[in-house]
Amino acid sequence: MENRVVITGIGIYSCLGKNTEEVRDALHAGKSGIGLDPARKEAGYRSALTGMLERPDLKKLLGRRERMCLPEQGEYAYMATREALEQAGIDDDFLKNREVGVLYGNDSSAAPVIEGVDVIRAKKNTVMVGSGNIFQSMNSTVTMNLSVIFNLRGINFTVSGACASGSHAIGLGYLLIRQGLQDCIVCGGAQEVNLYSVGSFDALSAFSIREDDPHAASRPFDKDRDGLVPSGGGATVILESYESAKRRGAPVLGEILGYGFSSNGEHISVPNVDGPARSLRMALRQSGVKASEIAYINAHATSTPLGDYNEAKAILEVFQGLRPYVASTKAMTGHEMWMAGASEIVYSLLMMRNDFIAPNINYEAGDEVTSLLNIPRKRVDTAFDTFLSNSFGFGGTNSSLVVRKMA
Amino acid sequence: MVKEELISKINQVMAEEFEADPSLIKPEAPLMETLDLDSLDLVDVVVLIDTNFGVSLTAQDFVGMKTFQDFYDLISRKLDEKK
Repeated sequence: MENRVVITGIGIYSCLGKNTEEVRDALHAGKSGIGLDPARKEAGYRSALTGMLERPDLKKLLGRRERMCLPEQGEYAYMATREALEQAGIDDDFLKNREVGVLYGNDSSAAPVIEGVDVIRAKKNTVMVGSGNIFQSMNSTVTMNLSVIFNLRGINFTVSGACASGSHAIGLGYLLIRQGLQDCIVCGGAQEVNLYSVGSFDALSAFSIREDDPHAASRPFDKDRDGLVPSGGGATVILESYESAKRRGAPVLGEILGYGFSSNGEHISVPNVDGPARSLRMALRQSGVKASEIAYINAHATSTPLGDYNEAKAILEVFQGLRPYVASTKAMTGHEMWMAGASEIVYSLLMMRNDFIAPNINYEAGDEVTSLLNIPRKRVDTAFDTFLSNSFGFGGTNSSLVVRKMA
Repeated sequence: MVKEELISKINQVMAEEFEADPSLIKPEAPLMETLDLDSLDLVDVVVLIDTNFGVSLTAQDFVGMKTFQDFYDLISRKLDEKK
């Protein structure tokens, strides 16, 4: 028999706030976390727009060795995981005695790689990069660090699936628990926000250049959208079998009902309609939920002209005539990339648990396709019990998750 | 004889980097145990000494090293060799 998979803890560290409480309030208020980083202009960026967040001070929380191995996005992931474990009521004893896993989305660690290479070039001596650089530089940096810091003894690897990384991490965690191979997994996504993290992405002219009004720059589905705004942070979602959660009296924040995935198999960067539509259909089929039961779709929509257009087409195709609320929290957060699939589960859960749907801020009017969606310009105060979250990435990787409030 | 000034500077940078109680750093104290160093930390010791004193240490330099006095002597010798 397959296990039911529930969420027993969430944690977030993003440009909307440093914990779930701050983030819930920001979502409720429709607050933007976007600003300008003037250093990006000096570094030759086309756009200085970015999610704005401070790095946490970990000196009182972690020892020197632990801090030395953590890159920027690892710090965010650590803060989010602390919060999520606390909410789930998971203490040191539980972690030491149970095989808790970790599956986190991360697809780059640019700053330590660049800094390390700079040192080697200047000093002509590899030792001078220090002992922490290798552990910060690898793509698996987040999972390797979290597993050591929290004594995680179950499955342990990083999911690199471009901007769907965080969503795939949760999807894979769901499958492992459903199959009975793991009881509890720390899932999530992390994204660096430093100066050089997205330089090569900026090179593609994919970013909004609406620098005169940062809060209005990320405008998913709006007809005047001109590109995405890069952002980041860390988001953790604790997945657990329902039996395990029930046994220990853990809070159940929601149940993962379905994970759909697909690959476009076409262009490296240009999205299509077929891939996302298949991912959506698979998630719905697997969840056993009818399309009409989905009250809210947390769209991938990043504010790029073609991406939002094609996602809208895919949703319209799958939801034929139905009118679920469709909104992209990226209007407020910017595109949290490797983290987005996990953070958007956290955002959607916060909304579901607090009876509101955050506004798709900056949406004034859609184009000929996006205008057919039911996009809330203002916050909708409504109780709802089922949502779907989309995440798509370069290379045409797609992921969709269906989550329901547990009766 | 290693100069007091050099010893004081070595103690200061080592205590700061490895977040150790400066009062525990004494010539006869064991280097690794006092600073709670493992093999990874020795890489950072090399970086620290190069950055602050301009001398390069190698893994071989740590063979047989026990106390802070041994460490002071090593750096002093390396500085003399540079002159």
